[in-house]
Amino acid sequence: MKFEIDFKTIESVSGPLVVVGKQGNAKYNEIVRIRLPDGEQRLGQVLETTEKNAVVQVFGPTSGINVDSTSVSFLGETFMVGVGESMLGRIFDGQGRPKDSGPAIAYDERRDINGYPINPAARAMPSDFIETGISSIDGLDTLVRGQKLPIFSSSGLPHNQLTAQITRQATVKNQSEGFAAVFAGIGITYDDAQYFINEFRKTGSFKRTVAFINLADDPSIERILTPRLALATAEYLAYDRGMHVLVILNDMTNYAEALRELSSAREEVPGRRGYPGYMYTDLASLYERAGAVKGRKGSITQLNVVTMPSDDVTHPIPDLTGYITEGQIFLSRELTNKGIYPPVQPLGSLSRLMGNGIGHGKTREDHKNVSDQLYGAYAKAQDAKSLSAIVGAEALSDSDKMYLKFGDEFENKFIRQGTYEKRTIEETLAIGWDLLSELPERELTRIKSEFIEKYYKKHKESKSEKGK
Amino acid sequence: MGVIEKVSGPLVVAKDMLGSSMYDVVKVGKDELIGEIIQLKKDRAIIQVYEDTTGIGPGEKVESTKLPLSVELGPGILSNIYDGIQRPLEVLRSKSGVFIEKGIVAEPVDKKKKWKFVAEKGVKAGSSVSEGQIIGHVQETELIKHYIMVPYGVSGRIKSIKEGSFAVEETIAVVEGNGKGKTHEISMLQRRSVRKPSKYKNRFRSDEPLITGQRVVDTLFPVAKGGTAAVPGPFGAGKTVIQHQLAKYADSDIVVYVGCGERGNEMTEILTEFPELKDPRSGRPLMERTVLIANTSNMPVAAREASIYTGITLAEYFRDMGYSVAIMADSTSRWAEAMREISARLEEMPGEEGYPAYLPKRLAEYYERGGKVETLSGKIGSITLVGAVSPPGGDLSEPVSQGTLRVVKTFWSLDAALANSRHFPSINWLSSYSLYIDSLESWYEKNLGKEFLEMRKEIMQTLQKEAELKDIVQLVGAEALPDHERLVLEIGKIIRENFLRQSAFDEVDAYTSLKKQQFMIKTMLLFSRKAEASLKDGVPLDSVIKMKVIDQIARMKEVKEQDVEKAEKRIAEEMDKEFEEVAKAYVETGKK
Repeated sequence: MKFEIDFKTIESVSGPLVVVGKQGNAKYNEIVRIRLPDGEQRLGQVLETTEKNAVVQVFGPTSGINVDSTSVSFLGETFMVGVGESMLGRIFDGQGRPKDSGPAIAYDERRDINGYPINPAARAMPSDFIETGISSIDGLDTLVRGQKLPIFSSSGLPHNQLTAQITRQATVKNQSEGFAAVFAGIGITYDDAQYFINEFRKTGSFKRTVAFINLADDPSIERILTPRLALATAEYLAYDRGMHVLVILNDMTNYAEALRELSSAREEVPGRRGYPGYMYTDLASLYERAGAVKGRKGSITQLNVVTMPSDDVTHPIPDLTGYITEGQIFLSRELTNKGIYPPVQPLGSLSRLMGNGIGHGKTREDHKNVSDQLYGAYAKAQDAKSLSAIVGAEALSDSDKMYLKFGDEFENKFIRQGTYEKRTIEETLAIGWDLLSELPERELTRIKSEFIEKYYKKHKESKSEKGK
Repeated sequence: MGVIEKVSGPLVVAKDMLGSSMYDVVKVGKDELIGEIIQLKKDRAIIQVYEDTTGIGPGEKVESTKLPLSVELGPGILSNIYDGIQRPLEVLRSKSGVFIEKGIVAEPVDKKKKWKFVAEKGVKAGSSVSEGQIIGHVQETELIKHYIMVPYGVSGRIKSIKEGSFAVEETIAVVEGNGKGKTHEISMLQRRSVRKPSKYKNRFRSDEPLITGQRVVDTLFPVAKGGTAAVPGPFGAGKTVIQHQLAKYADSDIVVYVGCGERGNEMTEILTEFPELKDPRSGRPLMERTVLIANTSNMPVAAREASIYTGITLAEYFRDMGYSVAIMADSTSRWAEAMREISARLEEMPGEEGYPAYLPKRLAEYYERGGKVETLSGKIGSITLVGAVSPPGGDLSEPVSQGTLRVVKTFWSLDAALANSRHFPSINWLSSYSLYIDSLESWYEKNLGKEFLEMRKEIMQTLQKEAELKDIVQLVGAEALPDHERLVLEIGKIIRENFLRQSAFDEVDAYTSLKKQQFMIKTMLLFSRKAEASLKDGVPLDSVIKMKVIDQIARMKEVKEQDVEKAEKRIAEEMDKEFEEVAKAYVETGKK
């Protein structure tokens, strides 16, 4: 047992911050324990330390903390969390305390929640295709094991259903190694939290899941901790226990708002829209913890939900996220209004690591070409649509009319699918070719001649036969 | 020896620091973290620390090394991957495993490895030498001779010089200084401060293009060797892919790639790909001419600030040997943000959007470290700088974009709409520019003939005209245009889809030689002229755009480099034939 000195030297309390005077020499980022007069204990962290005092951020409310009788002790270590395999199938609160009624947890070891940056030279290139069973993702913006791919959504859009569906369906071909999911609910409502837990329970995947839940009415400052707890746990499961971990951080917008709250409490110079200037670096310290490393079996794939305030993709939260993550899945209100689920808008979505996870031996040789051509054709369909809104459908050229039709079919056959519908990559590509075979060969400039021979003609023939 | 008074993130204030100077490197705390003095106030020094300061507190010691932040230069730099303060990441990995722990020290170049040093012809005992002069070389990789230069501040008469196998720190030559008879022992290793530009004799106008194999760059918006280019664009527009393509295919002798505050996996991609990829000219692995600096977004922010300087100093060192060097910085916005973060912690009065007021000056200073020069040893070398900019929300009115555009001469404007439709590289042909066309004119004339620039102009005009017509189409529909204007739309489409669009992931398409680019342009324009002529003869547009040869033009990018001449001839012949047929058919229908 370490010797702890209690300081009753709180100088000021303001928002989530407490200034502690004459405390000796606190270390930067050191964890402190705060004892309230009624015996309640809370944790905090040193944000700035000088010879005279230390600025401490309290994880939790500051209500009840007073200047004369609250004591503070410095624990001499950074924020540590117990990690272990026995955490699977359990629910924790936003500070990592068990929240369910299960037995006491036997942790394997304790870890610093901030971890250390992965050495870029030690990373292994993510290249295993994850089949989510969703055409608009597998076909156009393929998810790869070790990738960080956020879902850019907005209020009222079905990001929870989509996230749950991906978690339920995601598989990697020819791989039977351990799989685990770590779910971090950051400032989400009770209903949403319950939805996920029920979904996981229903499909039996809950016993492979660790859930950290910070609810919307929990202290917002706790949201700084929640994703870090989840990632420290994920790193242990991935790199020490060899599991392939899917981490879901939901919702990063709530995280960023907590960061802003803390920054304004510290009276820092605000950056865009009041968010701190270091938000890019801070978000990167979470997102960059995705990946795979050489010589270790496991991997961490991140699926992060970002709800865009007023559907604005240039808002600092989605903007900075997009600059760090390896692409994004963009959900569209327009598609939702048309009744299309999942409302993944391809123009706006991107998977940067797609090239490494697809092609011969992984998905299929023609995958890249098909994807590029579908993109090109759908972009033309959108152009034709905006043109027809101005000049009227009658004035459109034949080519524009053809693309207009393509666009509708693409949305209805390719993008639209059921919440419980799982398509293999072959099925997805077949739908793609069916749509492309409606276009004349000349339009397929993004497809190599050999694939035209091999697939286009085949699909065209089988169609005309069906027509007969 | 100083004592820590305050710790706030990457910033540490220490007292009792009298005797230290600005920009001295210091060791901070019990872990001896590396830091740099960035402000002095009486005996207090404000230090930016290049590692995570967690666990550091007041009362711990600070020791000054009395040396400015420097890089170590010598054989063994190439093919390496360093962090922002030139620690080799492979060595760090062998010391601390997957994660970079704090306080690890590692030598930038291997001090034990022996290199075969060969003295330069005519350099022998008795020769007089001066700073920057080449006295010999080491064959560092099969591709690159690493020239050994007399360090700065040394000049005089060579007392002795040895050839043979040496480690980098062993003495290879002794120079008797002019004047006081002071002698200097010269080894293959030297140090240079990263914040000071290197010395050279003269600087010239850049008059030779950097050939990149990227069609939209080489043909429409070239950058000169020794020139500067900026690639701003919103996320997902393909900044990094362009930078990677340039690093792979640019015809510079040396490439320095700085991953500044960006994704870890992007560096991994280079590390996995480059050793496999062959330089299209020499056939050697690309890694042999490449140095990587990786300070990813989750690595300490102060080292991110330093990474750009580390990169440019390495680039200057190779330029001083007489090489053409290209340096890619991805992304300069992250560098600027690191400055902003440090500046905010220093409580400096912020300029625009919280950036320090000295941001534009730092950007300009960086880009001015490029250029084509006559080195101190009389050779010609150049540094071409290409900087990615990541403007928030893609809006170029922000300070980093503006500060950059004021100094760079080539602007590749990345377009989100193009990227969304998977038109890559998403360089917008209307808003991008290159101010080097004039100074490159004589090079183009000499190497590609007079007609090349003419053709370039014609392509640009067609694209411009197409854009204007598209505006009209938006209002009245394409059907309302006369045939010759609809032809412009068709030609524009051919240029955009088949020439400007280029796949970085296709083996053949990824790199296009100038010869092939010329063939593609020539063929497209030939078609355009013939089609125009047919329309004038009264041939309807529909029969022109149904021609089969268009499919062949569309597949020109699939033509392998060695088949270019054959393809050119074949397509030209078919074009002639088909136009004749179309004309004949028209005349016949006309007779009816």
